[in-house]
Amino acid sequence: MTSITDTLSDIGVIAHRNIIKLTRVPEVLVFVLLSPIMFVLLFGYVFGNSINVPGTSYREFLIAGIFAQTVVFGSTFTGTGIADDMQKGIISRFRSLPMSRAAVLAGRTISDVIYNLLSIIIMSITGLLVGWRIRTSIGDALIGFALLLAFAYALSWVMAYVALLVPSVEVINNATFMVIFPLTFIANTFVPSNDLPGPLKAFAEWNPVSAVTQAARQRFGNLPDGLAEQQTWALRHPAIYTLLWVALIIAIFAPLSVRRYSRAGRR
Amino acid sequence: MFRAILSVVSRSTSGSAVVATGLRKRYGDVVALDGLDIDVPEGSVLGLLGPNGAGKTTAVSILATLLRPDAGSATIAGADLVTEPHQVRSRIGLSGQFAAVDEVLTGRENLVMIARLYRLSRLAAAQRADELLDRFSLADAADRQVKTYSGGMRRRLDLACALVAAPPVLFLDEPTTGLDPRSRVELWDVIRELVATGSTLLLTTQYLEEADQLADRIMVIDHGRAIAEGTPDQLKAQLGSERLELVVVDAAQLANARTVVQEQLKAVHHNDIEVRESSRTLLAPLDGGADALAEVISHLRRAGVGIAEIGLRRPTLDDVFLTLTGHTTTDTDTSTEAAA
Repeated sequence: MTSITDTLSDIGVIAHRNIIKLTRVPEVLVFVLLSPIMFVLLFGYVFGNSINVPGTSYREFLIAGIFAQTVVFGSTFTGTGIADDMQKGIISRFRSLPMSRAAVLAGRTISDVIYNLLSIIIMSITGLLVGWRIRTSIGDALIGFALLLAFAYALSWVMAYVALLVPSVEVINNATFMVIFPLTFIANTFVPSNDLPGPLKAFAEWNPVSAVTQAARQRFGNLPDGLAEQQTWALRHPAIYTLLWVALIIAIFAPLSVRRYSRAGRR
Repeated sequence: MFRAILSVVSRSTSGSAVVATGLRKRYGDVVALDGLDIDVPEGSVLGLLGPNGAGKTTAVSILATLLRPDAGSATIAGADLVTEPHQVRSRIGLSGQFAAVDEVLTGRENLVMIARLYRLSRLAAAQRADELLDRFSLADAADRQVKTYSGGMRRRLDLACALVAAPPVLFLDEPTTGLDPRSRVELWDVIRELVATGSTLLLTTQYLEEADQLADRIMVIDHGRAIAEGTPDQLKAQLGSERLELVVVDAAQLANARTVVQEQLKAVHHNDIEVRESSRTLLAPLDGGADALAEVISHLRRAGVGIAEIGLRRPTLDDVFLTLTGHTTTDTDTSTEAAA
């Protein structure tokens, strides 16, 4: 029905529109620019002096965790963006046009990668200023960043689906807080998972947020030697485990969301 | 019988831009559309008139492919609604309360975006946007964010968005609801110009005056069903062109007044007299303007009915409803609530 080039062109138009909006809504920019800086400084200096991670400095250990937490929270932006467009009738306008049925969602999830990329750049600069160092190569570091972005991209599709089901910005913000907050905390993001009590440790060691954090840490050269060896398969092969989750989530939620979009009627 | 079928068939194949038969849609227990048939000849304007909740927006949503009907079929500019929705979308423009413009973008950005989604090249999209901004008197505001626009400007932009691809069929859902009277009249002019260029238009409205001003034919709908259809003149003839409104001094004289008024009415209107005891009011469709009114007054005097107030007014949607259904639009709302 719609050719691939037409679909790509539609996706480009939608992504472009979302990026224009990004630059015009100051609250969003504040959120992208300031909250990551705040997190790096708060965790780095408040916890940094009382948490010890053997084999590395806490601040160096922490940065990948904050990256992971921030991009995971960033996926909420996809949900609120779509919910807002639904509420305002903009999705209905798009649905009445002879454009690709996947483009609105694909354009949104792609523009949100750019949003997350901005966050990561800001956080990296802040991190470098407070003593974080990449101890491997640039290539390795880029793979670390790519894994973080890929994971966030997959979560964007989950959020897109949720927003199409429940098109309310408030509900999405509350729901993601209830789900994403524990997901990013019961993990190795802020403390090594080895130190967690039994059931939490088991959860943390299979939590994909832990895996993507571990993968990034490994690629940045911030993972203390020997830490991974005592852990689960997921944390010994964090990149593969992360990519498995990414593939699984996209394979389930992208088609579900596109189907839901095609039927998302209002009275 | 055969001839009737043949004439229906030939009507729907030759020269109809929108043909819908037996459209049904329900939301849980609420029946939004209950077997609606619509036929809009090419180049004409159909006004879908009805109160809130009558099913107007549902009908437009279905015809614009936003909603799937539970039953029924439709052809829009030759494309089948159910099997060829993509073709339908490329032949329609939709504007109205539920298909919005992006208020963070500028007017120009909105138009260019829509044009690009219709696959116009960058250059062609920019040119088309300029044309439409000029045509809808938005050129001065083109590079301002839409959130700074007035209600009337926003509706004009919305309409312009629907026209980007110069579609043969246009759906306008309550285009002037919520606008102040001046913006409403301005928008009517814009819509009239559109119609003059030969577009086929299906427009929904709650205002009889709006349908009267813009539509070639009016279909009155209630509870998802058509209860009347005709040209504005035909409908008004059915209603009586104006309404007599009489308030008597003493409620006891209402019956007397009714007899007097009935004698002045055409036989077809005899059952359309409405008496409201509580407000000592009598309402009736009255033809003949001021002369007829003077006649009624003198007859009432002769019969000894004390007149507190008397006058003529143009029929409203409420009157249409009362005449056609025996209940007012507000009654419709209450009965829906009671049923829900």
